Amino acid sequence: MAFTKEEIAQRIAREIKDGYYVNLGIGIPTLVANYIPKNINIVLQSENGLLGMGPFPFEGEEDADLINAGKQTITTLPGSSIFDSAMSFGMIRAQKVDLTILGAMEVSEYGDIANWKIPGKMVKGMGGAMDLVASAKNIIVAMQHVNKAGESKLLPKCSLPLTGVKCIKKIVTELAVLDVLPEGGFRLLERAPGVSIDHIRQSTLGRLVIEGEVPEMKLD
Amino acid sequence: MINKVVSGAEEAIRDIPDGATIMLGGFGLCGIPENCINALVIKKTKNLICISNNAGVDDFGIGRMLKQRQVKKMISSYVGENAEFERQLLSGELEVDLIPQGTLATRCLAAGYGMPAIFTPAGVGTEVAEGKEVRNFDGKDYLMEYAFDADFAIVKAWKGDTAGNLIFRSTSRNFNPVMAMAGKITIAEVEELVEAGELDPDHIHTPGIYVHRIFQGKDYEKRIEQRTVRKAQ
Repeated sequence: MAFTKEEIAQRIAREIKDGYYVNLGIGIPTLVANYIPKNINIVLQSENGLLGMGPFPFEGEEDADLINAGKQTITTLPGSSIFDSAMSFGMIRAQKVDLTILGAMEVSEYGDIANWKIPGKMVKGMGGAMDLVASAKNIIVAMQHVNKAGESKLLPKCSLPLTGVKCIKKIVTELAVLDVLPEGGFRLLERAPGVSIDHIRQSTLGRLVIEGEVPEMKLD
Repeated sequence: MINKVVSGAEEAIRDIPDGATIMLGGFGLCGIPENCINALVIKKTKNLICISNNAGVDDFGIGRMLKQRQVKKMISSYVGENAEFERQLLSGELEVDLIPQGTLATRCLAAGYGMPAIFTPAGVGTEVAEGKEVRNFDGKDYLMEYAFDADFAIVKAWKGDTAGNLIFRSTSRNFNPVMAMAGKITIAEVEELVEAGELDPDHIHTPGIYVHRIFQGKDYEKRIEQRTVRKAQ
């Protein structure tokens, strides 16, 4: 069974270590916050200028001045801090943020990523994504393995305008966990329960590298 | 001391001419200078070049200026869910420079710090890099990005004093302090304007030297773009 978006988020949460400062992008990455293990403490960075992002406010306690990068009303936590946009990207550029999790439209087998524009059709803008992928030392992409038309999003080369070059190290999809090899290629690390290697191969247009037994993904 | 206090938005924006380059603080609809945007909408100032992270939504914020075709060019990082912005962009009616958010913020910072340019890795190898100088430091490529040159910066603060000192509240701070530093003329609208001396100098986010005009705004709507809540336990 292919994973749901929640299960993708749950799997990625296992990559987060105690003490990490983490930036979560919009979409599936936002869901990761719901699955942080209880026994670890992490700090979420929101690039509009907040460290220590808390959960959504209780109804009636929303504050228009307190939002996250997805423009959602949120709360602060004990130990939170607020700063301006320049400092926010300063700490990202200076690699103070340990882990960045973001969505993608395409990833190439060399770790290039495209996620901000479909020429002539859709332009959302890059927001902070170009800054994040250019500077973060550890980036995980959370996305669907194929697009709505059934086409692979893991490609030999991105066809859409790039967000960043050779920056993605790990990808978690509804079918698999893969890492990007320095010499190029997606190495299959884990597969979703009951999903065959053939299925993953058919859904991966870029070079797929399989070394030995590929275990099923675990969520606990 | 020079009097920086003006009567309201209408007076604050009185001399912004058609074709001016203006910065507008805010992230999404959070911390936007609602009063001045309203005054620009009423005055119908045209052919503006607007530097702002977003362009509001269809019927609020800069989106209202887009609807009236007052904006010639937007310099932003994110179009987001603003359908009219995306439509004008795709049809070519509006000139749009999409640039990385950190680049946008740091180009403001550079202007306010008196530095002509910055080097950033954001956008290397992408279409953002086209035509830009690339420099390699310690084996990594960086783009040279110029400091912004804006005629006016319009920001929104929580509190301000008659000396122009500003304090921001929560994440409505965002681009406001760096844009305040970057305008040739900086206009600040605040929720509460007090006499100089009433704010603790240790709590000032933007020193008054950067602020040329200040007024207490009124009728803040503070619209929420995505109201997300959890159930009471």
